[in-house]
Amino acid sequence: MTAAASYLPVLALLPFVVGMLVMFLPRHARNGAAALAGGTALAGVLITALLYPKVTDGAVLRQTWSWLPDIGLELTWRLDGLSWLFTLLVTGIGALVVLYARYYMAAEDPVPRFFSYLLAFMGSMLGLVLSGNLIQLLFFWELTSLLSFLLIGYWHHNENARDGARMALTVTGLGGFLLLVGVLIVGHVVGSFDIDAVIASRDVLMASPLVTPAILCLLAGAFAKSAQFPLHFWLPHAMAAPTPVSAYLHSATMVKAGIYLMMRLWPLMAGNDTWYYVVSLAGLVTFLLGGIAAAFQYDLKGILAYSTISHLGLITLLLGLSTPAAAVAAIFHTLNHATFKASLFMAAGVIDHETGTRDIRRLSGLLRHMPYTGTLAIVAAGAMGGVPLLNGFISKEMFLTETLAFHTGSLLDRLLPLIATLGSAFSVLYSVRFIHQVFFGPEATDLPRKPHEPVSWMRLPIELLVLICLVVGIIPNLSVGPLLRTAVVAVLGPEAPRFHLELWHGFTPAFMLSLVAMALGAGLYFALYRRLANREARDRPWAGRVRARRIFDGIMDGLFAGAGFITRLAGTVRLQPQLFLVVLAAVAAGAAPFAYHALTQAGAGLTLGNRPLTPISVPFVVVWAFGIASAAGAAILAKFHRLAALILTGGAGLAVCLTFVWLSAPDLAVTQLLVEIVTTVLLLLGLRWLPARVASKEDLERAKAAVVVRRGRDLVLALLAGGGMAALALAAMTRPPTGGIAQFFNANALEGGGGRNVVNVILVDFRGFDTMGEITVLAIVALTVFALLRRFRPAREVVGSTRQQRRQDAYDEARADREVGDTARDYLFVPRVVMHLLFPMITLLAIHLFMRGHDEPGGGFAAGVAMAIAFIIQYMARGTRWVEERLRVLPLIWIGLGLLLAAATGLGAWFFGRPFLTSAHGHVHVPLLGELSLASATLFDLGVFSLVIGATVIMLIALAHQSIRSARSGHSAEELEGATSAPGPERTPKLGGEAGGD
Amino acid sequence: MTEALLHWGLLAAHALLAVGLALAATRLIRGPRAQDRVLAFDAVYLNAALQIVMFGMRFGESGYLEAALVMTLLGFASSSALAKFLMRGEVIE
Repeated sequence: MTAAASYLPVLALLPFVVGMLVMFLPRHARNGAAALAGGTALAGVLITALLYPKVTDGAVLRQTWSWLPDIGLELTWRLDGLSWLFTLLVTGIGALVVLYARYYMAAEDPVPRFFSYLLAFMGSMLGLVLSGNLIQLLFFWELTSLLSFLLIGYWHHNENARDGARMALTVTGLGGFLLLVGVLIVGHVVGSFDIDAVIASRDVLMASPLVTPAILCLLAGAFAKSAQFPLHFWLPHAMAAPTPVSAYLHSATMVKAGIYLMMRLWPLMAGNDTWYYVVSLAGLVTFLLGGIAAAFQYDLKGILAYSTISHLGLITLLLGLSTPAAAVAAIFHTLNHATFKASLFMAAGVIDHETGTRDIRRLSGLLRHMPYTGTLAIVAAGAMGGVPLLNGFISKEMFLTETLAFHTGSLLDRLLPLIATLGSAFSVLYSVRFIHQVFFGPEATDLPRKPHEPVSWMRLPIELLVLICLVVGIIPNLSVGPLLRTAVVAVLGPEAPRFHLELWHGFTPAFMLSLVAMALGAGLYFALYRRLANREARDRPWAGRVRARRIFDGIMDGLFAGAGFITRLAGTVRLQPQLFLVVLAAVAAGAAPFAYHALTQAGAGLTLGNRPLTPISVPFVVVWAFGIASAAGAAILAKFHRLAALILTGGAGLAVCLTFVWLSAPDLAVTQLLVEIVTTVLLLLGLRWLPARVASKEDLERAKAAVVVRRGRDLVLALLAGGGMAALALAAMTRPPTGGIAQFFNANALEGGGGRNVVNVILVDFRGFDTMGEITVLAIVALTVFALLRRFRPAREVVGSTRQQRRQDAYDEARADREVGDTARDYLFVPRVVMHLLFPMITLLAIHLFMRGHDEPGGGFAAGVAMAIAFIIQYMARGTRWVEERLRVLPLIWIGLGLLLAAATGLGAWFFGRPFLTSAHGHVHVPLLGELSLASATLFDLGVFSLVIGATVIMLIALAHQSIRSARSGHSAEELEGATSAPGPERTPKLGGEAGGD
Repeated sequence: MTEALLHWGLLAAHALLAVGLALAATRLIRGPRAQDRVLAFDAVYLNAALQIVMFGMRFGESGYLEAALVMTLLGFASSSALAKFLMRGEVIE
């Protein structure tokens, strides 16, 4: 049992695997791709045939792969009689379609892509019918929608194909979403997503109040996929796909997925009133409308598409009638419809291929050019119309019998046979039209190509399918009876009605109705002949798919316009409105609970705790006054005076450092200081390349009223946000601190990590993995900065030497005894000496910070930044070229080394059988230095050290190199200024502009 | 006696440093030229370093001397970067 069950996932997943392989075949490997695809399909047929004995008499083959058992998600592969029938359909017709497609597709088409999509679709369809779990079914359902989209849009240069694909995806995707909702409701009510469990819980579901929404959502999904009214309009547009796709997906397999779902859930939901009304009415309307529409189409594939819609409506109607015999008829007709419709599509494709047109008004008298194809098409069309001796006749008979036998006494019940006959009449009409107008009559005159018989291989699939139609039509009980019985028992259980498929049941009322339908159909055809054969006739003079298409397009346009409106309203290109919205949202979110509390209960929501406040210390207050003034000043000056704002920001940072010192956090103070220094230098390096922002006339004038209001609004919001945060902070700080993790780290740093500097121990030991992630991010950022700056093209005004450089160079040139660059050298004479001498000193400081990091303030990061400052100072003193000639600056290697060291330290723990990044520590006696307390985390810290040096240096020298590049480029801003037309506005000689002062 | 002297002396020193910070800060914020700001910035940094040392002395904590060391050794880097920027228009040539 298990051995057989293990073939189920093979059946479903093999096409995907082969599909991937086929994707990589070269573009013109038609035979290879077709062979692989055909082989896979035939293998599927073989496996299916071999599995038949396992599913007779209601047996079910299952295999479960456990995935997320806690929430009921398991991959279950399930094969029963109904799935078996569908599997046979999918693989069998798939094999025939592959053969057909090999000869249909033109040589220029990228055929491997086509076959890989087809294989993937086959796999997803098989996965759908072999799913034992509703969520899994849904997953494959969506996959079929996606692959249908890809296949319809295969000829993506064709606009109709693109539109059709988009429409199909939208409609079936929407259906899929509603299906998901329905499945979730059912799963919630039943308590499981497993199909067997769901079907066994019919009573639970019927009693639940959610049964109607569940049924409606599930039906919405099924109707979207199976093109039932009102979601049928996408199918005719999908006819822009290549004909093999139409034959496979849109007649035999994909559109039957919805039918499959309805059959699968039939034992669960049949008998429910909602099911009865919705399904029957939808099926009825679709059956009738589809038939009428098909009669007036002038595209061969259009006729077949609407005919498919009509027949699917027939099947849906039968499922809606909710009697067991009707279910049997539905399953039987599914099978028959697949065979004759696929063959008709293929025949239409042959006609298109050989004559160059699908327009029925232009085709005529093809029988003498294509006798064999014509005969096959005539037989298949006969099956479509319900001619005796063909399978279509038998299932039509069953259909009419069911409509006559149905007695609930309602109006629907009485009208049912009438409408069924009318619909059958129309199907006879379009079948006759299809054959008569295409194959009979005078010879066509203006066809693009001279019609002739196709390659015999291309005809073979049609021959096989028509043969099946004949065999099933003539000896139904012997040929397809057992298969049908297996499927029926799977759906209806062991008490399924006994049925006997026979060619001839006698002169039953159903037979009478069939005769009436045929006569009516033929009569209507000849009555409307003039109009139908008219060359200038349009399709569907009255309500038609044009209107549905326009509604669809209208809805889509409305959606896009609405989305654009919302984007314009809430989204913006400028930073200030976005920032305003973000801060507003934050303030609203923060104030909401307090406001709610204040409104619903008396008293303010925000209360202060009762911890005593510390006494005010004047120096601390002064520091903070300084900090606040600097920060506010920086914000005010930032618009036009960037350098001043930068200096003031440094001041604000300093205030923060002093606060850290005040609040007993020396490690943080040291780190903050170092980062301040590096950031200042970095920002200055970048500031050089920013063109000066000069205040225009409007900025200097008195602001307009709207601007004043806006600024006032921003000020109010800023005050609210800042004040609110301050109040929250005060409220939090005046309450006694809760336990939290601080206690843990404080207690365990020394024993667990071997260090007294808790911050450092947290960084490199307790949260070492976190730090590793952070240094990786730092490395990525540094590399990105470097890569981006390689392509940096500065603005025109700042390319070339700066104003000061030019002035100093001019001064030097004017004097005979001075060379260009002397002024700079003179100015830097003293600082240079100091900076050179400081290099080893700062290196010593860096090592000192690194070594003492574990026990005292310091650590790898601080040491790395200090070392980077040492390098920066050399660059400042002497310039890029001089430094790089003398020092080996290899930032990329340092970055890589750092990452490797950190990772190796972590991996080293594995050699001792411990988890990644476990550190060890102990006391080691070193000869000269005495007893040292060392920890392996120091190596990790070394990695951090190396990486930080590398990352910081690379960012700085990436900017520094820009100066060399700019100088080499040879243009000066002066030359470019002369080239531009009008002189710009006068630079305001106010407080410290970018390059103010002499 | 020495205790009282030390206590009040340190307090006075700290207060005077605070006054110095306030004066330097005024120059930093008011400007009017960039050069004034840079000099004030340097003065503020030195003042802060001394304040940290003062803090360590007042409360008997030696852990803060690291921060003062970093400030005095490396703080000039940002001041000289600013000065070079004003002098030559770019920091690294």
